[in-house]
Amino acid sequence: MSYDNELYQQVILDHNRKPRNFHVIENASHNCHGVNPLCGDDITVYLDVDEQAGKIDEVSFQGSGCAICKASTSLMTAFLKGKSVEDARQIKDEFHKMILGEMDPEKDEHHLGKLTLFMGIREYPSRTKCASLAWHTLVGALDKKFDGISTE
Amino acid sequence: MSEPITSIADNILNVENIRKDFPVLTQTVRGKPLIYLDNAATTHKPNSVIERIRKFDAEEYGTVRRGAYKLSENATQLYEESRQKVADFMGAEKKGEIVFTSGTTQAINLVAHSFGKRFVNAGDEIIISNIEHHANTVPWQVLCEERGAKLKVIPVNDAGELMIEEYEKLLSSKTRMVAINHVSNALGTINPIQEITEKAHAVGAKVLVDGAQSIPHMKVDVQDIDCDFYTFSGHKMYAPSGIGGVYGKMDIWEELPPYVTGGDMIMQVTLEKTTYAKPPARFEAGTPPITQVIGLGAAIDYLNEIGLDKIADYENTLLEYGTKLFNDIEGVRIIGNAHHKASIISFYIEVAHPHDVVTLLDQDGISCRGGHHCAQPTMIRYGLPATTRASMAFYNKPEELDALAESVKKCIRFFSA
Repeated sequence: MSYDNELYQQVILDHNRKPRNFHVIENASHNCHGVNPLCGDDITVYLDVDEQAGKIDEVSFQGSGCAICKASTSLMTAFLKGKSVEDARQIKDEFHKMILGEMDPEKDEHHLGKLTLFMGIREYPSRTKCASLAWHTLVGALDKKFDGISTE
Repeated sequence: MSEPITSIADNILNVENIRKDFPVLTQTVRGKPLIYLDNAATTHKPNSVIERIRKFDAEEYGTVRRGAYKLSENATQLYEESRQKVADFMGAEKKGEIVFTSGTTQAINLVAHSFGKRFVNAGDEIIISNIEHHANTVPWQVLCEERGAKLKVIPVNDAGELMIEEYEKLLSSKTRMVAINHVSNALGTINPIQEITEKAHAVGAKVLVDGAQSIPHMKVDVQDIDCDFYTFSGHKMYAPSGIGGVYGKMDIWEELPPYVTGGDMIMQVTLEKTTYAKPPARFEAGTPPITQVIGLGAAIDYLNEIGLDKIADYENTLLEYGTKLFNDIEGVRIIGNAHHKASIISFYIEVAHPHDVVTLLDQDGISCRGGHHCAQPTMIRYGLPATTRASMAFYNKPEELDALAESVKKCIRFFSA
Protein backbone atom coordinates (compact mmCIF):
# COMPACT_ATOMS: atom_id res chain seq x y z
CA MET A 1 0.00 0.00 0.00
CA SER A 2 3.02 2.27 -0.13
CA TYR A 3 3.76 4.84 -2.77
CA ASP A 4 6.91 4.87 -4.79
CA ASN A 5 7.74 8.51 -4.20
CA GLU A 6 9.96 10.74 -2.12
CA LEU A 7 7.30 13.31 -1.43
CA TYR A 8 5.21 12.02 1.46
CA GLN A 9 7.83 10.80 3.89
CA GLN A 10 6.91 9.74 7.40
CA VAL A 11 8.23 12.96 8.98
CA ILE A 12 6.12 15.05 6.60
CA LEU A 13 3.00 13.02 7.38
CA ASP A 14 3.73 13.36 11.08
CA HIS A 15 4.09 17.15 10.92
CA ASN A 16 0.88 17.31 8.84
CA ARG A 17 -1.03 15.40 11.51
CA LYS A 18 0.59 17.10 14.48
CA PRO A 19 1.90 20.47 13.35
CA ARG A 20 4.50 21.95 15.76
CA ASN A 21 4.30 25.54 17.01
CA PHE A 22 0.72 25.68 15.79
CA HIS A 23 -0.54 28.67 17.73
CA VAL A 24 -0.69 32.45 17.70
CA ILE A 25 2.09 34.44 19.41
CA GLU A 26 0.30 37.29 21.18
CA ASN A 27 1.99 40.64 20.54
CA ALA A 28 4.41 39.05 18.09
CA SER A 29 7.10 41.46 16.87
CA HIS A 30 6.46 40.31 13.30
CA ASN A 31 3.70 38.46 11.50
CA CYS A 32 2.51 37.93 7.95
CA HIS A 33 -0.44 36.29 6.19
CA GLY A 34 0.41 34.17 3.14
CA VAL A 35 -1.84 32.53 0.55
CA ASN A 36 -1.54 30.33 -2.51
CA PRO A 37 -4.54 31.75 -4.40
CA LEU A 38 -4.71 28.91 -6.91
CA CYS A 39 -4.96 26.12 -4.36
CA GLY A 40 -6.17 27.87 -1.22
CA ASP A 41 -3.27 27.23 1.17
CA ASP A 42 -3.64 29.93 3.80
CA ILE A 43 -1.20 30.50 6.67
CA THR A 44 -0.09 33.19 9.10
CA VAL A 45 3.47 33.12 10.45
CA TYR A 46 4.26 34.80 13.77
CA LEU A 47 7.77 35.77 14.95
CA ASP A 48 9.32 37.18 18.07
CA VAL A 49 12.59 38.71 16.96
CA ASP A 50 15.24 40.07 19.32
CA GLU A 51 16.11 43.07 17.15
CA GLN A 52 19.36 43.88 18.97
CA ALA A 53 20.77 40.38 18.75
CA GLY A 54 19.17 39.82 15.32
CA LYS A 55 17.84 36.51 16.59
CA ILE A 56 14.50 34.70 16.20
CA ASP A 57 13.36 33.88 19.74
CA GLU A 58 9.96 32.42 18.92
CA VAL A 59 8.23 31.36 15.72
CA SER A 60 4.78 29.88 15.21
CA PHE A 61 1.98 29.58 12.65
CA GLN A 62 -1.73 29.07 12.14
CA GLY A 63 -3.75 28.23 9.07
CA SER A 64 -4.95 25.52 6.72
CA GLY A 65 -3.66 23.83 3.63
CA CYS A 66 -2.45 20.60 2.13
CA ALA A 67 -0.09 18.19 3.89
CA ILE A 68 2.97 19.59 2.13
CA CYS A 69 2.12 23.16 3.10
CA LYS A 70 1.37 22.33 6.73
CA ALA A 71 4.40 20.08 7.17
CA SER A 72 6.70 22.57 5.48
CA THR A 73 5.52 25.39 7.74
CA SER A 74 5.69 23.23 10.84
CA LEU A 75 9.22 22.03 10.07
CA MET A 76 10.29 25.58 9.27
CA THR A 77 9.13 26.87 12.65
CA ALA A 78 10.92 24.05 14.48
CA PHE A 79 14.08 24.65 12.46
CA LEU A 80 14.30 28.43 12.83
CA LYS A 81 13.79 28.81 16.56
CA GLY A 82 16.97 30.42 17.98
CA LYS A 83 18.54 31.06 14.58
CA SER A 84 19.68 34.51 13.43
CA VAL A 85 17.58 36.52 11.01
CA GLU A 86 20.49 36.48 8.58
CA ASP A 87 20.70 32.67 8.69
CA ALA A 88 16.92 32.40 8.26
CA ARG A 89 17.08 34.42 5.04
CA GLN A 90 19.95 32.32 3.72
CA ILE A 91 18.17 29.08 4.55
CA LYS A 92 15.09 30.37 2.75
CA ASP A 93 17.18 30.96 -0.39
CA GLU A 94 18.77 27.51 -0.17
CA PHE A 95 15.39 25.84 0.41
CA HIS A 96 13.92 27.60 -2.58
CA LYS A 97 16.80 26.58 -4.82
CA MET A 98 16.51 22.98 -3.63
CA ILE A 99 12.81 22.61 -4.40
CA LEU A 100 13.27 24.21 -7.82
CA GLY A 101 16.05 21.70 -8.54
CA GLU A 102 18.64 24.48 -8.84
CA MET A 103 20.66 23.12 -5.92
CA ASP A 104 21.37 19.49 -5.14
CA PRO A 105 21.70 18.98 -1.38
CA GLU A 106 23.54 15.71 -2.01
CA LYS A 107 26.33 17.55 -3.84
CA ASP A 108 26.19 21.23 -2.98
CA GLU A 109 27.00 22.83 0.37
CA HIS A 110 23.94 23.89 2.34
CA HIS A 111 22.53 24.58 5.80
CA LEU A 112 19.18 22.85 5.39
CA GLY A 113 19.58 20.01 7.87
CA LYS A 114 16.49 17.81 7.80
CA LEU A 115 14.66 20.27 5.58
CA THR A 116 16.21 18.27 2.73
CA LEU A 117 13.19 16.01 3.31
CA PHE A 118 11.44 18.29 0.84
CA MET A 119 13.93 17.54 -1.92
CA GLY A 120 11.37 15.26 -3.61
CA ILE A 121 9.19 18.29 -4.44
CA ARG A 122 11.44 19.11 -7.39
CA GLU A 123 9.81 16.18 -9.22
CA TYR A 124 6.39 17.83 -8.74
CA PRO A 125 6.51 21.36 -10.19
CA SER A 126 2.81 21.89 -9.47
CA ARG A 127 3.49 21.43 -5.74
CA THR A 128 6.54 23.66 -5.17
CA LYS A 129 4.38 26.56 -3.99
CA CYS A 130 2.86 24.33 -1.30
CA ALA A 131 6.33 23.89 0.19
CA SER A 132 7.59 27.42 -0.37
CA LEU A 133 4.61 29.40 0.97
CA ALA A 134 5.92 29.12 4.56
CA TRP A 135 9.25 30.63 3.59
CA HIS A 136 7.82 33.43 1.46
CA THR A 137 5.53 34.30 4.36
CA LEU A 138 8.47 34.22 6.80
CA VAL A 139 10.36 36.74 4.67
CA GLY A 140 7.16 38.79 4.36
CA ALA A 141 7.01 38.91 8.16
CA LEU A 142 10.67 39.89 8.47
CA ASP A 143 10.21 42.60 5.82
CA LYS A 144 7.03 43.82 7.53
CA LYS A 145 4.80 43.19 4.50
CA PHE A 146 1.56 44.23 6.15
CA ASP A 147 -0.52 43.44 3.05
CA GLY A 148 0.49 39.79 3.22
CA ILE A 149 2.10 37.53 0.68
CA SER A 150 0.61 35.88 -2.37
CA THR A 151 2.45 33.38 -4.53
CA GLU A 152 0.60 34.51 -7.68
CA MET B 1 -27.27 -11.35 -9.67
CA SER B 2 -27.58 -8.14 -11.65
CA GLU B 3 -25.94 -7.72 -15.01
CA PRO B 4 -22.27 -6.69 -14.73
CA ILE B 5 -21.52 -3.05 -15.45
CA THR B 6 -19.18 -3.84 -18.32
CA SER B 7 -21.86 -5.62 -20.31
CA ILE B 8 -24.42 -2.87 -19.64
CA ALA B 9 -21.88 -0.34 -20.87
CA ASP B 10 -20.92 -2.53 -23.85
CA ASN B 11 -24.52 -2.62 -24.97
CA ILE B 12 -24.43 1.14 -25.39
CA LEU B 13 -21.10 1.52 -27.15
CA ASN B 14 -17.90 -0.40 -27.73
CA VAL B 15 -15.46 1.52 -25.57
CA GLU B 16 -12.44 -0.57 -26.58
CA ASN B 17 -12.99 0.40 -30.20
CA ILE B 18 -13.47 4.03 -29.25
CA ARG B 19 -10.26 4.05 -27.22
CA LYS B 20 -8.35 3.04 -30.35
CA ASP B 21 -9.32 6.42 -31.80
CA PHE B 22 -7.48 8.30 -29.02
CA PRO B 23 -3.71 7.82 -29.22
CA VAL B 24 -3.03 9.65 -25.94
CA LEU B 25 -4.86 6.94 -23.98
CA THR B 26 -2.27 4.28 -24.77
CA GLN B 27 0.51 5.92 -22.75
CA THR B 28 1.73 5.16 -19.25
CA VAL B 29 2.18 7.70 -16.45
CA ARG B 30 4.77 7.03 -13.76
CA GLY B 31 4.89 3.47 -15.00
CA LYS B 32 1.10 2.90 -14.83
CA PRO B 33 -1.44 2.97 -17.67
CA LEU B 34 -2.91 6.46 -17.96
CA ILE B 35 -6.40 6.80 -16.50
CA TYR B 36 -7.60 10.18 -17.66
CA LEU B 37 -10.46 11.55 -15.55
CA ASP B 38 -10.10 15.31 -15.99
CA ASN B 39 -12.39 15.67 -18.97
CA ALA B 40 -14.26 18.60 -17.46
CA ALA B 41 -10.97 20.51 -17.64
CA THR B 42 -10.00 19.44 -21.13
CA THR B 43 -10.54 16.47 -23.44
CA HIS B 44 -8.25 14.57 -25.78
CA LYS B 45 -8.45 14.43 -29.54
CA PRO B 46 -9.36 11.45 -31.70
CA ASN B 47 -7.14 10.53 -34.65
CA SER B 48 -9.68 11.97 -37.08
CA VAL B 49 -9.25 15.44 -35.53
CA ILE B 50 -5.46 15.16 -35.30
CA GLU B 51 -5.27 13.98 -38.92
CA ARG B 52 -7.69 16.67 -40.17
CA ILE B 53 -5.57 19.39 -38.53
CA ARG B 54 -2.38 17.92 -39.98
CA LYS B 55 -3.82 17.72 -43.47
CA PHE B 56 -5.26 21.22 -43.33
CA ASP B 57 -1.97 22.73 -42.19
CA ALA B 58 0.04 20.67 -44.66
CA GLU B 59 -2.11 21.13 -47.75
CA GLU B 60 -4.99 23.56 -47.34
CA TYR B 61 -4.01 26.34 -44.96
CA GLY B 62 -4.65 29.92 -46.02
CA THR B 63 -6.08 33.13 -44.67
CA VAL B 64 -9.85 33.42 -44.56
CA ARG B 65 -12.34 35.99 -45.85
CA ARG B 66 -9.80 38.19 -47.62
CA GLY B 67 -7.54 36.48 -50.14
CA ALA B 68 -8.79 36.41 -53.75
CA TYR B 69 -6.78 33.34 -54.62
CA LYS B 70 -7.43 29.62 -54.53
CA LEU B 71 -5.83 28.68 -51.19
CA SER B 72 -7.64 31.43 -49.35
CA GLU B 73 -10.95 30.76 -51.07
CA ASN B 74 -10.74 27.07 -50.17
CA ALA B 75 -9.76 27.83 -46.58
CA THR B 76 -12.64 30.30 -46.29
CA GLN B 77 -15.06 27.69 -47.56
CA LEU B 78 -13.80 25.06 -45.08
CA TYR B 79 -13.91 27.63 -42.27
CA GLU B 80 -17.53 28.48 -43.05
CA GLU B 81 -18.40 24.79 -43.37
CA SER B 82 -17.18 24.37 -39.80
CA ARG B 83 -19.46 27.20 -38.72
CA GLN B 84 -22.35 25.39 -40.39
CA LYS B 85 -21.42 22.19 -38.53
CA VAL B 86 -21.49 24.06 -35.22
CA ALA B 87 -24.84 25.64 -36.08
CA ASP B 88 -26.35 22.24 -36.97
CA PHE B 89 -24.80 20.61 -33.90
CA MET B 90 -26.42 23.17 -31.58
CA GLY B 91 -29.69 23.41 -33.48
CA ALA B 92 -29.22 27.05 -34.51
CA GLU B 93 -31.55 28.37 -37.17
CA LYS B 94 -28.87 30.27 -39.11
CA LYS B 95 -25.13 29.66 -39.57
CA GLY B 96 -24.43 33.36 -38.97
CA GLU B 97 -25.76 33.08 -35.43
CA ILE B 98 -22.53 31.30 -34.45
CA VAL B 99 -19.69 33.65 -33.50
CA PHE B 100 -16.27 32.06 -33.04
CA THR B 101 -14.23 33.07 -29.98
CA SER B 102 -11.20 31.61 -28.25
CA GLY B 103 -13.51 29.68 -25.93
CA THR B 104 -16.28 30.08 -23.39
CA THR B 105 -14.43 32.67 -21.30
CA GLN B 106 -14.04 35.03 -24.22
CA ALA B 107 -17.58 34.24 -25.38
CA ILE B 108 -19.11 35.33 -22.06
CA ASN B 109 -16.87 38.39 -21.92
CA LEU B 110 -18.04 39.31 -25.43
CA VAL B 111 -21.72 39.07 -24.49
CA ALA B 112 -21.26 40.79 -21.11
CA HIS B 113 -19.42 43.65 -22.79
CA SER B 114 -21.52 44.12 -25.93
CA PHE B 115 -24.92 43.32 -24.45
CA GLY B 116 -24.04 45.30 -21.32
CA LYS B 117 -23.00 48.37 -23.28
CA ARG B 118 -26.24 48.34 -25.26
CA PHE B 119 -28.81 47.17 -22.74
CA VAL B 120 -27.59 47.39 -19.12
CA ASN B 121 -27.92 50.64 -17.20
CA ALA B 122 -27.77 51.89 -13.60
CA GLY B 123 -30.35 50.15 -11.44
CA ASP B 124 -30.72 47.17 -13.76
CA GLU B 125 -30.12 43.64 -12.51
CA ILE B 126 -28.18 40.59 -13.71
CA ILE B 127 -28.86 37.12 -12.27
CA ILE B 128 -26.27 34.35 -11.99
CA SER B 129 -26.20 31.32 -9.68
CA ASN B 130 -24.09 30.18 -6.74
CA ILE B 131 -22.58 27.36 -8.82
CA GLU B 132 -21.08 29.24 -11.76
CA HIS B 133 -17.54 29.00 -13.08
CA HIS B 134 -15.55 32.20 -12.52
CA ALA B 135 -15.87 32.75 -16.29
CA ASN B 136 -19.63 33.18 -15.80
CA THR B 137 -19.25 35.22 -12.63
CA VAL B 138 -16.46 37.77 -13.00
CA PRO B 139 -17.54 39.30 -16.37
CA TRP B 140 -20.99 40.04 -14.88
CA GLN B 141 -19.49 41.42 -11.65
CA VAL B 142 -17.30 43.76 -13.71
CA LEU B 143 -20.25 44.78 -15.90
CA CYS B 144 -22.41 45.54 -12.86
CA GLU B 145 -19.64 47.61 -11.33
CA GLU B 146 -19.15 49.57 -14.54
CA ARG B 147 -22.81 50.20 -15.25
CA GLY B 148 -24.08 50.63 -11.69
CA ALA B 149 -26.19 47.49 -12.05
CA LYS B 150 -26.85 44.88 -9.37
CA LEU B 151 -25.75 41.23 -9.42
CA LYS B 152 -28.21 38.75 -7.90
CA VAL B 153 -27.43 35.15 -7.14
CA ILE B 154 -29.71 32.09 -7.25
CA PRO B 155 -28.95 29.95 -4.18
CA VAL B 156 -28.46 26.16 -4.32
CA ASN B 157 -29.70 23.45 -2.00
CA ASP B 158 -27.41 20.93 -0.27
CA ALA B 159 -27.64 18.56 -3.22
CA GLY B 160 -26.33 21.24 -5.57
CA GLU B 161 -29.62 22.08 -7.29
CA LEU B 162 -30.73 25.63 -8.06
CA MET B 163 -33.60 26.77 -5.84
CA ILE B 164 -36.09 27.72 -8.52
CA GLU B 165 -38.60 29.26 -6.12
CA GLU B 166 -35.84 31.66 -4.98
CA TYR B 167 -34.98 32.39 -8.61
CA GLU B 168 -38.57 33.39 -9.25
CA LYS B 169 -38.34 35.91 -6.42
CA LEU B 170 -35.18 37.46 -7.91
CA LEU B 171 -36.79 38.05 -11.31
CA SER B 172 -38.35 41.43 -11.99
CA SER B 173 -38.78 44.03 -14.69
CA LYS B 174 -35.28 45.23 -13.71
CA THR B 175 -33.69 41.92 -14.75
CA ARG B 176 -31.76 42.34 -17.99
CA MET B 177 -29.84 39.08 -18.18
CA VAL B 178 -29.89 35.65 -16.55
CA ALA B 179 -26.53 33.88 -17.03
CA ILE B 180 -26.51 30.23 -15.94
CA ASN B 181 -24.48 27.16 -16.78
CA HIS B 182 -26.21 24.19 -18.35
CA VAL B 183 -23.96 21.85 -16.33
CA SER B 184 -21.96 22.90 -13.26
CA ASN B 185 -18.26 22.13 -13.75
CA ALA B 186 -17.68 21.80 -10.01
CA LEU B 187 -20.67 19.60 -9.06
CA GLY B 188 -22.03 18.14 -12.29
CA THR B 189 -25.56 19.46 -11.73
CA ILE B 190 -27.66 19.69 -14.90
CA ASN B 191 -29.72 22.85 -14.54
CA PRO B 192 -33.31 23.18 -15.83
CA ILE B 193 -32.33 25.84 -18.35
CA GLN B 194 -35.51 25.59 -20.39
CA GLU B 195 -37.58 26.48 -17.34
CA ILE B 196 -35.08 29.17 -16.33
CA THR B 197 -35.26 30.68 -19.82
CA GLU B 198 -39.05 30.66 -19.91
CA LYS B 199 -39.28 32.46 -16.58
CA ALA B 200 -36.64 35.01 -17.59
CA HIS B 201 -38.41 35.74 -20.86
CA ALA B 202 -41.67 36.24 -18.99
CA VAL B 203 -40.16 39.34 -17.34
CA GLY B 204 -38.43 40.49 -20.54
CA ALA B 205 -34.90 39.38 -19.55
CA LYS B 206 -32.44 37.68 -21.89
CA VAL B 207 -30.67 34.41 -21.10
CA LEU B 208 -27.08 33.31 -21.61
CA VAL B 209 -26.35 29.62 -21.08
CA ASP B 210 -22.74 28.65 -20.34
CA GLY B 211 -22.60 25.35 -22.22
CA ALA B 212 -18.91 24.54 -21.75
CA GLN B 213 -19.69 21.39 -19.76
CA SER B 214 -22.89 20.30 -21.49
CA ILE B 215 -22.28 20.47 -25.21
CA PRO B 216 -19.81 17.53 -25.36
CA HIS B 217 -22.03 15.30 -23.25
CA MET B 218 -25.67 15.73 -24.26
CA LYS B 219 -27.81 16.76 -27.21
CA VAL B 220 -28.29 20.52 -27.14
CA ASP B 221 -30.91 22.35 -29.17
CA VAL B 222 -30.73 26.09 -28.70
CA GLN B 223 -34.07 26.69 -30.42
CA ASP B 224 -35.74 24.20 -28.15
CA ILE B 225 -34.21 25.84 -25.09
CA ASP B 226 -35.06 29.23 -26.60
CA CYS B 227 -32.06 30.85 -24.84
CA ASP B 228 -30.64 34.03 -26.33
CA PHE B 229 -26.97 33.03 -26.09
CA TYR B 230 -25.26 29.67 -25.66
CA THR B 231 -21.47 29.39 -25.24
CA PHE B 232 -19.03 26.52 -25.72
CA SER B 233 -15.31 25.60 -25.75
CA GLY B 234 -13.72 23.38 -28.41
CA HIS B 235 -11.12 21.82 -26.13
CA LYS B 236 -13.84 20.34 -23.92
CA MET B 237 -15.41 18.64 -26.97
CA TYR B 238 -12.38 16.75 -28.36
CA ALA B 239 -11.29 19.69 -30.54
CA PRO B 240 -8.20 21.90 -30.20
CA SER B 241 -7.84 24.56 -27.50
CA GLY B 242 -8.05 28.21 -28.52
CA ILE B 243 -11.39 27.84 -30.28
CA GLY B 244 -14.95 28.02 -29.04
CA GLY B 245 -17.86 30.25 -29.63
CA VAL B 246 -21.27 31.54 -28.84
CA TYR B 247 -24.66 31.11 -30.44
CA GLY B 248 -26.86 34.17 -30.29
CA LYS B 249 -30.26 34.95 -31.78
CA MET B 250 -29.65 36.97 -34.92
CA ASP B 251 -32.02 39.80 -34.02
CA ILE B 252 -30.08 40.36 -30.78
CA TRP B 253 -26.64 40.07 -32.43
CA GLU B 254 -27.72 42.74 -34.91
CA GLU B 255 -28.39 45.18 -32.07
CA LEU B 256 -25.03 44.72 -30.36
CA PRO B 257 -21.88 46.83 -30.75
CA PRO B 258 -18.53 45.07 -31.30
CA TYR B 259 -16.31 43.89 -28.43
CA VAL B 260 -12.88 43.69 -30.05
CA THR B 261 -12.28 46.06 -32.96
CA GLY B 262 -9.83 45.94 -35.84
CA GLY B 263 -9.58 44.19 -39.17
CA ASP B 264 -12.32 42.05 -40.68
CA MET B 265 -15.17 43.37 -38.54
CA ILE B 266 -15.76 46.55 -40.50
CA MET B 267 -18.02 47.69 -43.29
CA GLN B 268 -16.03 50.81 -44.07
CA VAL B 269 -13.26 52.71 -42.34
CA THR B 270 -12.34 56.33 -42.96
CA LEU B 271 -10.13 58.28 -40.60
CA GLU B 272 -13.26 59.95 -39.22
CA LYS B 273 -15.66 57.05 -38.81
CA THR B 274 -16.05 53.29 -39.04
CA THR B 275 -19.17 51.33 -39.81
CA TYR B 276 -19.33 47.75 -38.70
CA ALA B 277 -19.87 44.51 -40.55
CA LYS B 278 -22.94 42.38 -39.95
CA PRO B 279 -22.80 39.53 -37.43
CA PRO B 280 -20.95 37.22 -37.08
CA ALA B 281 -18.03 39.10 -38.72
CA ARG B 282 -18.68 42.12 -36.49
CA PHE B 283 -17.58 40.04 -33.51
CA GLU B 284 -14.61 38.29 -35.12
CA ALA B 285 -11.94 40.96 -35.47
CA GLY B 286 -8.50 39.89 -36.68
CA THR B 287 -7.33 36.65 -38.24
CA PRO B 288 -9.15 33.87 -36.41
CA PRO B 289 -7.62 30.55 -35.24
CA ILE B 290 -8.26 28.99 -38.65
CA THR B 291 -6.75 25.54 -38.12
CA GLN B 292 -8.55 25.23 -34.79
CA VAL B 293 -11.89 25.97 -36.44
CA ILE B 294 -11.24 23.19 -38.96
CA GLY B 295 -10.34 20.87 -36.06
CA LEU B 296 -13.57 21.81 -34.30
CA GLY B 297 -15.55 20.82 -37.39
CA ALA B 298 -13.77 17.44 -37.44
CA ALA B 299 -14.54 16.90 -33.75
CA ILE B 300 -18.23 17.57 -34.40
CA ASP B 301 -18.17 15.02 -37.26
CA TYR B 302 -16.67 12.50 -34.86
CA LEU B 303 -19.26 13.18 -32.12
CA ASN B 304 -22.10 12.96 -34.66
CA GLU B 305 -20.78 9.65 -35.89
CA ILE B 306 -20.97 8.15 -32.40
CA GLY B 307 -24.15 10.02 -31.52
CA LEU B 308 -24.77 12.36 -28.61
CA ASP B 309 -27.62 10.22 -27.30
CA LYS B 310 -25.35 7.18 -27.03
CA ILE B 311 -22.62 9.30 -25.43
CA ALA B 312 -25.05 10.64 -22.84
CA ASP B 313 -26.41 7.14 -22.11
CA TYR B 314 -22.95 5.64 -21.75
CA GLU B 315 -21.60 8.44 -19.57
CA ASN B 316 -24.68 8.24 -17.40
CA THR B 317 -23.96 4.54 -16.85
CA LEU B 318 -20.41 5.47 -15.80
CA LEU B 319 -21.77 8.13 -13.45
CA GLU B 320 -24.18 5.73 -11.76
CA TYR B 321 -21.47 3.11 -11.40
CA GLY B 322 -18.88 5.57 -10.06
CA THR B 323 -21.37 7.10 -7.64
CA LYS B 324 -22.17 3.68 -6.23
CA LEU B 325 -18.47 2.88 -5.81
CA PHE B 326 -17.85 6.16 -4.00
CA ASN B 327 -20.89 5.81 -1.76
CA ASP B 328 -19.39 2.52 -0.55
CA ILE B 329 -16.07 4.07 0.50
CA GLU B 330 -15.93 5.11 4.11
CA GLY B 331 -14.49 8.59 4.67
CA VAL B 332 -15.53 9.97 1.28
CA ARG B 333 -18.29 12.47 0.69
CA ILE B 334 -19.65 13.22 -2.79
CA ILE B 335 -20.21 16.96 -3.16
CA GLY B 336 -23.16 17.51 -5.47
CA ASN B 337 -25.92 14.92 -5.53
CA ALA B 338 -28.37 16.60 -7.86
CA HIS B 339 -31.15 14.47 -9.29
CA HIS B 340 -30.03 15.42 -12.80
CA LYS B 341 -26.26 15.14 -13.09
CA ALA B 342 -23.64 14.93 -15.81
CA SER B 343 -20.68 12.56 -15.51
CA ILE B 344 -18.78 14.51 -12.87
CA ILE B 345 -18.03 13.22 -9.37
CA SER B 346 -16.69 15.87 -7.03
CA PHE B 347 -15.64 14.41 -3.70
CA TYR B 348 -14.04 15.25 -0.40
CA ILE B 349 -11.91 12.99 1.76
CA GLU B 350 -11.91 14.02 5.41
CA VAL B 351 -8.35 12.92 6.15
CA ALA B 352 -6.60 14.35 3.09
CA HIS B 353 -6.47 17.68 1.30
CA PRO B 354 -7.52 17.48 -2.38
CA HIS B 355 -4.06 18.54 -3.56
CA ASP B 356 -2.45 15.68 -1.71
CA VAL B 357 -5.15 13.35 -3.06
CA VAL B 358 -4.46 14.23 -6.70
CA THR B 359 -0.71 13.84 -6.23
CA LEU B 360 -1.27 10.35 -4.80
CA LEU B 361 -3.81 9.42 -7.50
CA ASP B 362 -1.22 10.50 -10.06
CA GLN B 363 1.16 7.98 -8.51
CA ASP B 364 -1.31 5.36 -9.72
CA GLY B 365 -1.50 6.87 -13.20
CA ILE B 366 -4.83 8.61 -12.53
CA SER B 367 -5.35 12.22 -13.68
CA CYS B 368 -7.98 13.99 -11.56
CA ARG B 369 -8.43 17.63 -10.70
CA GLY B 370 -7.99 18.89 -7.16
CA GLY B 371 -8.89 22.46 -6.39
CA HIS B 372 -11.69 24.97 -6.39
CA HIS B 373 -12.40 24.33 -10.09
CA CYS B 374 -12.55 28.09 -10.77
CA ALA B 375 -15.75 28.06 -8.73
CA GLN B 376 -14.76 29.50 -5.37
CA PRO B 377 -18.29 30.70 -4.50
CA THR B 378 -19.42 27.07 -4.91
CA MET B 379 -16.69 25.84 -2.55
CA ILE B 380 -17.63 28.53 -0.01
CA ARG B 381 -21.29 27.41 -0.23
CA TYR B 382 -20.27 23.89 0.82
CA GLY B 383 -17.69 25.08 3.37
CA LEU B 384 -14.75 23.43 1.63
CA PRO B 385 -11.40 24.81 0.47
CA ALA B 386 -11.42 22.53 -2.56
CA THR B 387 -12.61 19.15 -3.80
CA THR B 388 -11.18 16.35 -5.88
CA ARG B 389 -13.05 15.87 -9.15
CA ALA B 390 -13.29 12.88 -11.46
CA SER B 391 -14.95 13.85 -14.74
CA MET B 392 -15.72 11.10 -17.24
CA ALA B 393 -15.86 10.98 -21.01
CA PHE B 394 -17.19 8.26 -23.32
CA TYR B 395 -13.64 6.89 -23.73
CA ASN B 396 -13.49 6.00 -20.03
CA LYS B 397 -14.16 2.42 -18.93
CA PRO B 398 -15.94 1.16 -15.80
CA GLU B 399 -12.67 -0.63 -14.90
CA GLU B 400 -10.98 2.77 -14.67
CA LEU B 401 -13.50 3.81 -12.03
CA ASP B 402 -12.71 0.60 -10.12
CA ALA B 403 -9.04 1.62 -10.23
CA LEU B 404 -9.94 5.13 -9.07
CA ALA B 405 -11.96 3.78 -6.14
CA GLU B 406 -9.07 1.49 -5.12
CA SER B 407 -6.60 4.35 -5.37
CA VAL B 408 -8.87 6.57 -3.25
CA LYS B 409 -9.11 3.84 -0.59
CA LYS B 410 -5.33 3.49 -0.61
CA CYS B 411 -4.96 7.24 -0.20
CA ILE B 412 -7.34 7.22 2.78
CA ARG B 413 -5.38 4.37 4.40
CA PHE B 414 -2.13 6.23 3.75
CA PHE B 415 -3.32 9.42 5.45
CA SER B 416 -5.07 7.55 8.28
CA ALA B 417 -2.03 5.44 9.22
